[in-house]
Amino acid sequence: MIRLAEWYDFRDLGNTVGSLLDQIRDWGAPDWVPYVVSGLIGVVAILLWTVLSVLAFIWIERRVVGLMQNRIGPNRVGPNGLLQPVADALKLLFKEPITTREADRILFWLAPIVVFVPTIVVFAVIPFGERMVLADLNVGVLFLIAVGSLNTIAIFMAGWSSNNKYALIGAMRTIAMLISYELIQVLVLLAAVLFVGSMRLGDIVAWQAGYGVWLLFLQPLGLLGYIVSGAVEMNRSPTDIAEAESEIVAGYHTEYGGIKFGFFYQAEYLAGFAIAAVIVTLYMGGWTLWGVEDWVPGWLIFLAKLYGVFFIYIWSRGTLPRLRIDQLMAFAWKFLLPLSLVNVIIIGGEKLLWQEAELSSGEALPLFAVVNWAVAVVLIVGWAWVLGHQRPERVAHRAVLTQEVGAIHFGEPAPTV
Amino acid sequence: MSVNLEHYLIVGAVLFSVGLYLALAKRNFVAVLMGIELMFNAVNLTFVAFSRFVRSPNPLDGHVFVVFVITVAAAEAATALALAVLLYRVRDTINVDRIDLLKW
Amino acid sequence: MDDTGTVVAFYMLSALTIVSALGVVVVRNLIHAVVFLILSFVGVAGLYITLSADFVAVTQVLIYAGAVSVLILFAIVLTPTGDRGNQETFLRLPALLLALLVAFTLGYVAIDTDWAISDREGFQQTASTIGEALLDKYVLPFEIASVLLLVAMMGAIVLVRPDSAMEGE
Repeated sequence: MIRLAEWYDFRDLGNTVGSLLDQIRDWGAPDWVPYVVSGLIGVVAILLWTVLSVLAFIWIERRVVGLMQNRIGPNRVGPNGLLQPVADALKLLFKEPITTREADRILFWLAPIVVFVPTIVVFAVIPFGERMVLADLNVGVLFLIAVGSLNTIAIFMAGWSSNNKYALIGAMRTIAMLISYELIQVLVLLAAVLFVGSMRLGDIVAWQAGYGVWLLFLQPLGLLGYIVSGAVEMNRSPTDIAEAESEIVAGYHTEYGGIKFGFFYQAEYLAGFAIAAVIVTLYMGGWTLWGVEDWVPGWLIFLAKLYGVFFIYIWSRGTLPRLRIDQLMAFAWKFLLPLSLVNVIIIGGEKLLWQEAELSSGEALPLFAVVNWAVAVVLIVGWAWVLGHQRPERVAHRAVLTQEVGAIHFGEPAPTV
Repeated sequence: MSVNLEHYLIVGAVLFSVGLYLALAKRNFVAVLMGIELMFNAVNLTFVAFSRFVRSPNPLDGHVFVVFVITVAAAEAATALALAVLLYRVRDTINVDRIDLLKW
Repeated sequence: MDDTGTVVAFYMLSALTIVSALGVVVVRNLIHAVVFLILSFVGVAGLYITLSADFVAVTQVLIYAGAVSVLILFAIVLTPTGDRGNQETFLRLPALLLALLVAFTLGYVAIDTDWAISDREGFQQTASTIGEALLDKYVLPFEIASVLLLVAMMGAIVLVRPDSAMEGE
């Protein structure tokens, strides 16, 4: 890949920043100035991009979900409702910040800020383009997991300090969920790291570009596990039991209004983008696209993939009903955990086979892809069968829940209608 | 101005003493555990500092030790906090002053 | 380790670590104490990074800031009528004396000893070396640690199972 290192070569914005830094060095600034400036440029760029994307996607999501649900969605503010997010943001800004009685004021004010940090920090290790990464850590994948686990603390702070039982219930639910799904996330990412042989995200992208194959084709079970656990981590419908409106008002941010609620709202979107960015980087080749990245800017490819993955989440939000907490927990522990363990074993065995039998990558990778997809389908169907979903459930003609409210049907035959 | 081994060792020592004070003087069982965790952290910091600065054929062995310490600390935290919950159920308090069954 | 960035980072991070550790002692609200504890953990993780120990730093954030602190929060929430005041016992003064004594002794040893300093550069990457050591030289402790984790997990479950607590009474 030949890169023109001129500043106007915007196929890789790293060129522009690099020549700017060279310019600063030429002016005779001390060593730390370009260092700090490059960090600042990265941070500001990421912040700008996230804020703009969130504003855009608030509108897109509401319109798309509206279309899916056979209604119109926001269409009053500006042409086609385009200014709706701006109006929402202004409304949130000017609302009175209310603090509940006997709330833990310090934590109550701190929580919306803290919830922002883990989601925004994820973008520091994501390679947006060939040289467009703020910090390509050696332990990038582990960093993602570690930062993801910090979410729990912010959510607990919000739920605890509100002095509201629904908020506390929501916080405890979130923590239980996040801890359960973190396990799956770790196992799934372990399989990916095991196969590629590096925890550096840049290396994983380079590996996929080098062999011309996305990990998505080699590890379908891993992708499934990561998509589901990502959905849980970003706390959106259908897995938003932490803020299930029909059960516990709004969960941990029940008592938050005004711009503090706006922070939570935006952090939710940012978490979505972060998960989508990780999926794109790990499973879909990052900023590469089989040679197209020589002609189209890599960061555009990356963003296109990212928005595509995020669309899956919008789609599932628009079409799937919310799961109950016991269903979601059972899904984590009984279904995804065994499957991801099997996934790790299979991937490890294949890696060993590849090395020991001295297969060429042209022989090994297609073989592994076919085997893994077959195994994934067999395992998903078979394990669901073992767990008691022998028949596909029929469409209910009348409400089943009115007969047995609160009964848990997981693992036993569904009630016949 | 430079940073070397002694600086890290002093930070570790201060952290260890704060943890020790917490573990000895706090009334709440959970706060005592927090002190113990701080002491673990101080020890880990010292390990890593030694492994960075001191002459050794295998300098990364310090990191391996830290990994083991973190593992054991996680196991310890899980068990000890389970004990705290159990204590609360049986004695209705986690105040270490009032857990004095062995006194008489 | 002479470059300005590392020195500034060291002083800021150690100030963060120690001040928040003192905050755990001083603050009179147990939940706030846990928040200070988490800050202290994060500060220690930052210090690891200045020591070029990236794997240990990330593990620190994952285990301590992400998992142990949540366990502590759970323990606090599960003891609802317990003492939230974060007070000291009558052992306050002796404990303070002992802690100061330990601090001075350790500090004195740290300064007075003639350490065998090497002028090695920071580690380039640590994760793979640690992994090889864990599965090669330290494979027995590694296996024992995994058994220990299993035992701890089962022990914790057995301890807090409601029916066994009822029998104990």
